[in-house]
Amino acid sequence: MSGIFMNVRGELKKSFQISAWFMFLTFPILVIRVNTVENVIEWRWYNMAIVGVSTFLGSALWRYLLSVKEKSQRINAASPGNMTSFQKAFSDKRFFYPALFILIGFVISFPFLFSMYQANIMITALIYVMLGLGLNIVVGLAGLLDLGYVAFYAVGAYSYGLLNFHFGLGFWTTLPIAAILAALAGILLGYPVLRLRGDYLAIVTLGFGEIIRLVLENWGEFSHGPSGIANIPRPSLLGIDMTLTQNTIFTYFVMIGLVLFTIFVVNRLQNSRIGRAWIALREDEIACQAMGIDRTRTKLTAFALGATWAGMGGVVFAAKTTFINPASFTIWESVIILCIVVLGGMGSILGVISGALVLTLLPEYLRAFSEYRMLIFGIMLVSMMVFRPEGIIRNVRRTYTFSKE
Amino acid sequence: MDWEYFLELLLGGLTRGSIYALIALGYTMVYGIIELINFAHGEIYMIGAFTALIVASVLNYAGMNHVAVAILAMVAAIIYSCAYGFAIEKIAYKPLRNAPRLSALISAIGMSLFLQNYVLLAQTPDFLPFPSLIPDFDFWEPYAHIISSQEIAILATTVSVMILLTVMIKFTIIGKAMRATAQDRIMAALVGVDINRVISVTFVVGSATAAIGGVLIASHVGQINFYIGFIAGIKAFVAAVLGGIGSIPGAVLGSLVLGWTESFFTGYISSDYEDVFAFLFLVLILIFRPSGILGRSETQKV
Amino acid sequence: MKQSKKWIKGMVLAFMAAIFMFSGSMSWAEDGTIKLGVAGAHSGDLASYGIPSVNAAKLVVKEINANGGVLGKQVELLVEDDACKPEIATNTATKLVSQGVNVVMGHICSGATKAALGIYKDSNIICMSPSATNPALTQSGDYPNFYRTIASDDAQAKLDVDFALNVLKLNKIAVIHDKGDYGKGFAEFAKKFLEESGKAEVVLYEGITPGAVDYSAVVQKIKRSDAQAVIFGGYHPEASKIVTQMRKKRMDTIFISDDGVKDDTFIKVAGEYAQGVYASGPKDSSKNPLNIKAVNAHKEEFKSDPGAFYENAYSAVLAILNAIEKAGSTDYAAVSKALKTEWVETPIGKIKFDERGDAIGAGFSVYQVKDGKYAEVK
Repeated sequence: MSGIFMNVRGELKKSFQISAWFMFLTFPILVIRVNTVENVIEWRWYNMAIVGVSTFLGSALWRYLLSVKEKSQRINAASPGNMTSFQKAFSDKRFFYPALFILIGFVISFPFLFSMYQANIMITALIYVMLGLGLNIVVGLAGLLDLGYVAFYAVGAYSYGLLNFHFGLGFWTTLPIAAILAALAGILLGYPVLRLRGDYLAIVTLGFGEIIRLVLENWGEFSHGPSGIANIPRPSLLGIDMTLTQNTIFTYFVMIGLVLFTIFVVNRLQNSRIGRAWIALREDEIACQAMGIDRTRTKLTAFALGATWAGMGGVVFAAKTTFINPASFTIWESVIILCIVVLGGMGSILGVISGALVLTLLPEYLRAFSEYRMLIFGIMLVSMMVFRPEGIIRNVRRTYTFSKE
Repeated sequence: MDWEYFLELLLGGLTRGSIYALIALGYTMVYGIIELINFAHGEIYMIGAFTALIVASVLNYAGMNHVAVAILAMVAAIIYSCAYGFAIEKIAYKPLRNAPRLSALISAIGMSLFLQNYVLLAQTPDFLPFPSLIPDFDFWEPYAHIISSQEIAILATTVSVMILLTVMIKFTIIGKAMRATAQDRIMAALVGVDINRVISVTFVVGSATAAIGGVLIASHVGQINFYIGFIAGIKAFVAAVLGGIGSIPGAVLGSLVLGWTESFFTGYISSDYEDVFAFLFLVLILIFRPSGILGRSETQKV
Repeated sequence: MKQSKKWIKGMVLAFMAAIFMFSGSMSWAEDGTIKLGVAGAHSGDLASYGIPSVNAAKLVVKEINANGGVLGKQVELLVEDDACKPEIATNTATKLVSQGVNVVMGHICSGATKAALGIYKDSNIICMSPSATNPALTQSGDYPNFYRTIASDDAQAKLDVDFALNVLKLNKIAVIHDKGDYGKGFAEFAKKFLEESGKAEVVLYEGITPGAVDYSAVVQKIKRSDAQAVIFGGYHPEASKIVTQMRKKRMDTIFISDDGVKDDTFIKVAGEYAQGVYASGPKDSSKNPLNIKAVNAHKEEFKSDPGAFYENAYSAVLAILNAIEKAGSTDYAAVSKALKTEWVETPIGKIKFDERGDAIGAGFSVYQVKDGKYAEVK
């Protein structure tokens, strides 16, 4: 704390300059409100004062936090195996088991303690957890920047919608079918992009996401176009008739089950041969090939396996909303899922889960701020990345230390 | 063969391509220097249009002469877009220069979201009509149904901007510094190039072209809205990649190709699938030329 | 350093937990009031279609509460935003249901309404929309709890087509839509009716991408097709862009559109190019005394002219509260019966609802832009 006060005058001057700069910058848009429809021009000088004061204080705070971060980064760089205090606490057995017990209790009793509305939000959050874990395989583990992940989500949702519409297949039957269809779609996407790297891959996957959405929108005979598919049945339990509340609770537990399944599978994959092949691919593609790993197979399996989770998530989404249309599967969704993975900490399962929970629950709970919701969300994304680029929970690779004995 | 129709589609595609080019130039320059997809670039385009609208409205209200208003609005748009570009770089990208690339991408996305909502809340969610800054020239009337005076203005401006930019990159010192930084940042720093200044200049120049694009297209289409940046940004980004990201002539070529593809596909086949076709075309090109049309295929060293 | 960091983390977690708990507890509502949910697009680019209905609800409820409420109870408004997106609409519907809402006025967009109706149906909640014009909502029979104070798209399309054929005597028409649920639906009906009539040729049937940088290619295609008129299904932003570009290309093709375009904003945005554009909209009720009163109330309270679907929303709230009063309770079956049997005086006329939920007494007319205002034709 002492470092910053040593140069108070310098800092004050800097804050003042930044504040003046921001007042100039935001002058047209914040101060003058133009409405050429009504032909009104409104001058709001008080906004300028607000900007001036807040940027003065804000920039000081920002720079302070930045210097804190830089200091801690230097410490971290020296010993990369350092886990955050949270992770250290987590692996401590005395802390771990009681915490786990409380968590399980909370999770099970959640839908009964809170209203159906809260349970519904939690189901959405859990779907995004699944999507995040799936994308984590592609982006976090294999290092393939996929901006079109929403395409597989759409494949899953529409599989359920269409199979149910034409053949009357139920939720549980379609779940594995959609997973397989999504995996096939993943392989289909993976093939043309094998040779592409980095940002070229990103733009092509983005393109695929858009292509799927546009085809769904325009090929009305196949997908019912923009009117979408309605009256999709919710998940059923042995044909018992359930009220909306009961069904929501049931869907909640189904999702918990699916998420646990996903976590288990992803964890096993991460520590298997294929998982290590993905990490090798991410670190250095050429070295990986030199070591004898088949790049094509590794990439294709990454895409396919990543896509299956999106497919299953899509089925649950369709069952939960009971109505799907192409407008739900835009680029923006892919971007959100990507944010979940990066924000949570690429490659770490716990990180992705926390990222998903934060990114889905936060906008809902920020509803109180209604208009400023998205604005705050944007600021938070930037701040999170600036102050913690590794994500909420950093991915810590298993390190083996030699004990000098 | 209906030549007039073909000509119209050609010119329409050219106009569209020029607008994409003005935005794509910014994308490609920033990518060339710091390898970042600047998602917020589309919003700079949008802010340029809004600033021009605000300035133009205020000046029109004050009763200024039309030509002066047009010029001042354009200048104001450029100044403010450059300022925003500069500020964005300092806030959201500079701290992340050594962080994983994806983090910078997310930061860009957050900035894009912030700017969209900032304009939305500070102004209005409605579509605002934009006054036509470029008047219809009387002498051009007989040909106006093929290409209007505004479209000609757009084409002329894009060509001039491109020439200016190429001159700047090739013949000025700052241009040389930019090329050096793009090639190898650390080496450039070692030979005495002020990296921070070069990066800031890149952002500023890119924002300026985007602002010009914003004002021109707003004048042509007649309306603006806080959301126009997002879609234009995505399209321009596709164009930049198509031409080879990091290459300035590539950005322009890619934009023109994209504009013509869309125009001809809509004109001769159907406008329903125009975007699908554009993306498929992109995939096809990238399969045969993985670094874009004019991209340098980087040899990877182990 | 480590200590303060842990402390900060703890505070952040506690803060988040507090917000969590706080929002959770907000759903406990008080009893003894009649809860009217108002759902629609209150943010995002279609907000101008949703906000007027919120204003309408506020004004009606204020007046009714001042006169003693309904069945002796005060009416409470629960306003929720769905941004016209189906997945948000389901969240919104769930939230309203869990807050114990008795009836819902909304949603605004047909897609969002469709998504939410399933939830309302399961909970036996009546939903009345002032603007969702998708025909299937009432005609499919899937949603017996749905009503609306506006005629459906096929009626609109038929009206526009009849106008084009019989009044304007056109025989080459291009049909364009914005690929959205509403626009494409309207366009498909228009195409169907045109083809069925045999009196005109549909020379072009295309969809445009909303938000594209420019539409010159489509406009050129329209020109090449030699269409005498364009029938457009969609909303006013795209409509004004297309009309502007058409006129700039010196095309004087007639432009006919739907009630998404019959909005004063269209005239203001398109400016001089809006002159002569036709659009269909709810029947003109500006001479209706209740309508005049409703419009004046809006001007007084909100200091501006009411926007899209204001009178439809005003009528919907009046109809709902009237039905509850006449039914004597908020019971689903009783209120449904009351809606279908009791006439109610509203700004759009005297209406009641038919078996499927459409309003009897609400219809459409064709309007044309003359000197900066929409004027009813015929």
